[in-house]
Amino acid sequence: MNDGVNGVALAVFIFFFLAVTVMGFLAARWRRADDEHSLDEWGLGGRSFGTWVTWFLLGGDLYTAYTFVAVPAAIYAAGAAGFFAVPYTILVYPLIFTFLPRLWSVSHKHGYVTTSDFVRGRFGSKGLSLAVAVTGILATMPYIALQLVGIQAVLDVMGVGGGEDTNWFVKDLPLLIAFGVLAAYTYSSGLRAPALIAFVKDTLIYIVIAVAIIYIPIKLGGFDDIFAKASDAFAQPNPATGAPRGALVPGDAGQWTYATLALGSALALFMYPHSITATLSSRSREVIRRNTTILPLYSLMLGLLALLGFMAIAAGVKVKNGQLAIPQLFEDMFPDWFAGVAFAAIGIGALVPAAIMSIAAANLFTRNIYKDFIKPDATPREETRVSKLVSLLVKVGALVFVLTMDKTVAINFQLLGGIWILQTFPALVGGLFTRWFHRWALLAGWAVGMVYGTVAAYGVASPTQKHFGGSSKEIPGIGEIGYIGLTAFLLNVVVTVVLTFVMKALKAPEGVDETSPSDYTADAGDPGVKVELPPATAGAGH
Amino acid sequence: MSEAPEVNRGPVVTPLRVVIALCLFAPFVAMLWVGSYAKTDPAFIGIPFFYWYQMLWVLLSTLLTVTAYKLWQFDQRGRRNQGGGAAK
Repeated sequence: MNDGVNGVALAVFIFFFLAVTVMGFLAARWRRADDEHSLDEWGLGGRSFGTWVTWFLLGGDLYTAYTFVAVPAAIYAAGAAGFFAVPYTILVYPLIFTFLPRLWSVSHKHGYVTTSDFVRGRFGSKGLSLAVAVTGILATMPYIALQLVGIQAVLDVMGVGGGEDTNWFVKDLPLLIAFGVLAAYTYSSGLRAPALIAFVKDTLIYIVIAVAIIYIPIKLGGFDDIFAKASDAFAQPNPATGAPRGALVPGDAGQWTYATLALGSALALFMYPHSITATLSSRSREVIRRNTTILPLYSLMLGLLALLGFMAIAAGVKVKNGQLAIPQLFEDMFPDWFAGVAFAAIGIGALVPAAIMSIAAANLFTRNIYKDFIKPDATPREETRVSKLVSLLVKVGALVFVLTMDKTVAINFQLLGGIWILQTFPALVGGLFTRWFHRWALLAGWAVGMVYGTVAAYGVASPTQKHFGGSSKEIPGIGEIGYIGLTAFLLNVVVTVVLTFVMKALKAPEGVDETSPSDYTADAGDPGVKVELPPATAGAGH
Repeated sequence: MSEAPEVNRGPVVTPLRVVIALCLFAPFVAMLWVGSYAKTDPAFIGIPFFYWYQMLWVLLSTLLTVTAYKLWQFDQRGRRNQGGGAAK
């Protein structure tokens, strides 16, 4: 792989990178409000984004560089099983259609910036809110780290980053520069920076996919040939296990895994803090509903992208690290300049979500740990300052993570993060529709889900790893292999429901609900819901 | 999760809302029933059934969500007019 630097590709990559850097800093001036020192401004872009900005922002946020590298890599490695990402993203939109507008409304009415803000307001429980916040931060950190892994893959294939023998500083310098720049413009521009850069990222990605899906099959002799070759390759036994490497279609045993992974991941996606940050930055609840009808365009792109995994096999791409399969395919197939465009798309694709994730994690820390537990009388200006600093810390943490530890650690934690974040579903989505659940029962359900999920994932072995070898395991009582996150989630719900009955029987204190039913349906323009919230909302007594 | 009334006038469950719920629920049935599409034939331009069928469902689910969205707007408008003046 490291057979010299690909000069043309690198030049194109650097060109795009510089362009988005300039945009990132200029973004601070984009739609600037009077008071830029509030968390609504820095952390939610003034809650002002319309349908298209939200579409680009959410698309740029959810379909990350890591997704672009990992989904085809999974197909490349094992075939059909990796395609679950498509039904997963199909199911997300009908799902969020039902609950996201309610979250938007209640958050606007009460000035909530994070999901934990809502949980605290709804259930009057700082403990539950803290649990949700900590889960969110824990789940987001490895996700940011994986964005770096995505950039690293691209840099590796371009020949920068050096081989094993160069010293670590030279090797990691490009990554350090990329992240230094990212940190600087996120700090100064807040959510406006990724929102603006997302335009470039998504445009590049769409162009690259459109070209790849037509150009590469023509070069490889059509889809018939591609799938025939892939089928042969999957039939070869894996030297480690002796079983075939993969399959074009999931067998009977794999179907439960496929379905539970799709459903569990769909339920989890909008529990992630960065998804919610992008959602709450939109101007009205209509913007969100409308977006559920146009966001699937990204799913279609993801499906096409997944097919690139088969093309990598057919093209004879041989990489030890599956993550490099797609960047390597681009380098082998495309002329140098267009490979540069493709790499830029992946590289910038990492910057957008990394920025949003670090903002989301910082908001959680500031609102639900700093303000709730350390300094309750923090002013909006102080909140913003803390959030900016934490966003830096979060990124540095992710960088240290990637530079000092093996990549598999980041991947393991990301896998755990998905299982964990799903455990906040009952408190958040349950809370959006009913106040029936008891706060302590929700907390207990969350704890049970977290512990079961972690222990179960720890016990999964793969040919290469003793622990965290995968995300599926036998479902107790059913006997089929299913996604651990979903099993943990069901346990969580059962515990929550049972304990709610118990708590109600014991007449345990319910906590104060500061929301009222009409808050969940309010839209911009209604009394009490300003299109642009004044900075004082953050300190308005909740 | 149930469909929640946004404008609290009229009955909560109406035929229109049942249709909306079905539009949103259909993709779950189609996608989670993996056995119904775990096969290679018929292929489309060389792509096995398993893959093109799911990609087709991206389009179908989008159409269903759009339908649900339009019907929901219709439902809300109807309820607002019924009550007269600004809703909520």
